[in-house]
Amino acid sequence: MTDLSPIWLTLKLAGITTLLLLVAGLPVAWWLSKGRSVFKTIIEAIITMPLVLPPSVLGFYLLLAFSPQRGVGKWLNEVFGLRFVFSFQGLVLASFIYSIPFMIGPIKSALQQLPASLAQASYTLGKSKRETFLKVLLPNIKPSLLTAMVLTFAHTLGEFGVVLMIGGNIPNVTRVASIAVYDSVERMDYTSANTYSLILFSITFIMVITVFLYNKYQAKSPLE
Amino acid sequence: MISIGIEKSLKAYAGQRTLKVDRHFPMGSITQIYGPSGCGKTTFLKCIAGLVTPERGSIMVNEQLWFEPLSGINLPPQKRRVGFVFQDYALFPNMTVLQHLEYATNDAAWINRLLLIGKLETLTTHKPEYLSGGQQQRLAILRALAIKPKLLLMDEPFSALDPEMKTALIQELKALFDELEMTVLIVSHSGEELAGLVDGESLNLD
Repeated sequence: MTDLSPIWLTLKLAGITTLLLLVAGLPVAWWLSKGRSVFKTIIEAIITMPLVLPPSVLGFYLLLAFSPQRGVGKWLNEVFGLRFVFSFQGLVLASFIYSIPFMIGPIKSALQQLPASLAQASYTLGKSKRETFLKVLLPNIKPSLLTAMVLTFAHTLGEFGVVLMIGGNIPNVTRVASIAVYDSVERMDYTSANTYSLILFSITFIMVITVFLYNKYQAKSPLE
Repeated sequence: MISIGIEKSLKAYAGQRTLKVDRHFPMGSITQIYGPSGCGKTTFLKCIAGLVTPERGSIMVNEQLWFEPLSGINLPPQKRRVGFVFQDYALFPNMTVLQHLEYATNDAAWINRLLLIGKLETLTTHKPEYLSGGQQQRLAILRALAIKPKLLLMDEPFSALDPEMKTALIQELKALFDELEMTVLIVSHSGEELAGLVDGESLNLD
């Protein structure tokens, strides 16, 4: 019988990463969608880096940055008892950084495509920026919100290089499904590898097709 | 009295243009604003509403300074509370007709009266995409009126209405403007459509 714990661990990691990125990504996407400046461009470039950087490079830097022997990693370990290397919270942090562009990108472009007059109309009615964002802007980019969340979730499911670098292969702690596939093949356990692969394939396929269907039937508004 | 003396450079494909206005509007007056495309009519309204910041000048409404860069005064649109009818309507796609008005005001009786004025009382549960162009435009006008503004700015507010509807609505609005003692600035190409509504000298921005 194949050990399914890597699947549960993967789903937990993807779920936590998606929620954290949604909360942190919304204000950033909103800020990026408004106006232009050199500073914004630089931030946007940094946010986009995980998209083009080899995952092992990102993993390597994270490993250096959070090594408990020195610098930030040592400080975090001594003051808060937090270890980001070879731990689940380390995976969450790495996934968070690795998937930033997938959450922020779609939300930012959707916000940019909304006519400026929508927010302006809300302001003239006396509504604050926050209320305008929550009640006028967000509800009108629902399909893009869903796309961003699904992309983030699916991208986290598919992580390999970053996880391997900073998390290693510890059962129930950092051995996610993609690592388990590789590990099973190494051990010539093709049955397990096949089970993990099939489950990952099915989950991602269902998610992607759900988004396609949702956006096809929902996005009839001229704004999307 | 509303005193506006502002300068704002306009982005244009063919070189720079500057919008320059120096004008007083008595409280309670209804004024037409006209001028060729790209002369800054919409920008002028947005400067008054606080949505666009002029480079120079001042805006004073009823003895209160709204904009005066030398003393660092620039009230945000939320505090100016002008009614604004956008040329593209700027309706919220996620809200029904009723929700638009409820977003602007809690006064149920006022909402009902507005719905009757705009002849939208049977369409309260419709979202903008299920409204005709004329109905959308009326909703945009009603939403701006919902906050009972002292100053109402309208950008081509009647362009999508058929002549009959236009005449009826303008009559209703005229009575409402008088009742609420509103000062109104209306951007419109056609002086004819506003006959009987505007008083005072119209403003040519060319």
